[in-house]
Amino acid sequence: MSSASPRRKTLPVAEAIALLPDEGASVMIGGFMGGGSPVRLIDELVRQGKRALTLICNDTARPGVGIGKLIDAGLVRKLVTSHVGTHPGTQKKMLEGGIDVELVPQGTLAERIRAGGFGLGGVLTPTGVGTLVAEGKRTIAVDGRDYLLETALKADFALIGAKRADYAGNLEYAMTSRNFNPLMAMAGAVTIAEAEDIVPVGAIAPDAVVTPGVIVRYLVGRSSA
Amino acid sequence: MTDKDIIARRVAQELHDGDRVNLGIGLPTLVAQHLPASVQVYFHSENGIMGMSPLPGEGFEDRNLTDAGGRPVGALPGACAFDSATSFGIIRGGHLDVTVLGGLEVDARGRLANWMVPGQKVPGMGGAMDLVTGARRVIVAMTHRSPTGSKIVEACTLPITSVRRVDLVVTELAVIQPTEGGLVLLETAAGVSIDDVLQATGAALLLSPQLEGRDPAARSH
Repeated sequence: MSSASPRRKTLPVAEAIALLPDEGASVMIGGFMGGGSPVRLIDELVRQGKRALTLICNDTARPGVGIGKLIDAGLVRKLVTSHVGTHPGTQKKMLEGGIDVELVPQGTLAERIRAGGFGLGGVLTPTGVGTLVAEGKRTIAVDGRDYLLETALKADFALIGAKRADYAGNLEYAMTSRNFNPLMAMAGAVTIAEAEDIVPVGAIAPDAVVTPGVIVRYLVGRSSA
Repeated sequence: MTDKDIIARRVAQELHDGDRVNLGIGLPTLVAQHLPASVQVYFHSENGIMGMSPLPGEGFEDRNLTDAGGRPVGALPGACAFDSATSFGIIRGGHLDVTVLGGLEVDARGRLANWMVPGQKVPGMGGAMDLVTGARRVIVAMTHRSPTGSKIVEACTLPITSVRRVDLVVTELAVIQPTEGGLVLLETAAGVSIDDVLQATGAALLLSPQLEGRDPAARSH
């Protein structure tokens, strides 16, 4: 066996999700209003009842859709997100105190996740200066303009939705389903990717790879067992 | 024509050929329908596309190609897709010419509030704070009044979206330009008098040179 031959990454979806502790995992999940979310991994989180999640995601979609299902099932304890307006259950639980919600401007959320995955302590952004978002944060002036210091985000697990994966874990995305996925893939201690198709190594040209396979620990097919 | 269409049609006149434009959810999305055929703009959507188009027709839905509300859309030749960091790099980095956003309040300093009503409606800011902070030009498209009063106020009572002064406010009654010296009334809509606008507005308005003299009595307001 060649030394370049990658370790086997494909796993049945039940085994992949069984890697998470039953309670209290921090999880990043890609997707934007359901588009590009790893739907099988989400369904399996619900089936296995992984509780008290700290969930980092762009939005909570709608009831019954994508990440919205985790809210429906009452599995989320803390939520770091930019938008909950399309899921009445998230708003209700937030106002009643059932879920601790940190609302983050979408561009800031992307950069905090990118910083986490890229080994940075945080970023300086003008977004949010002088608003409620600035409360409790340091403001730093650079060349006469004020910026907020926004700290990096990481998670125990990153659950990624991809268009195609090869067996080495290299990932390609499709159109607007890319969104937060490549950023989160870098920021999870353990990254599990779900791909619509898993293809032989070499079928995705090196230049077309968006997420390097070396950071993807496990692969799950969209339709395979 | 509904109030929303009056607003959208007027906003469409602010867009120029080749502009890179982000339209917010709700009323602003109507602007696309009022663009003259001679004006081709590149529509940007936060979820990671430049060159978004309406869905070409029934049967063309692709779950991997949607707008920021999750609805299926199309893409023009030359369109490109990117991740969320690049999408907001385009916004914050000065690469987006115009954003059109809805509003709950705009105040005399030109500050916009459009992301929450404390204790009642807290949907989250989504991309709004980055858009208002970073776009080269910010146009607020909103009805002039709420059920409880004017949306144009001396000072925002709701949490602001950004400290940045917006560039233009378009309502069904008027076009208003926030400036360092205050809010300037640039135009009134067809059949609307300066007095009508002043009565519907909760902040002081200055008259643009074009409007001054049209209705001298209004200057005493």
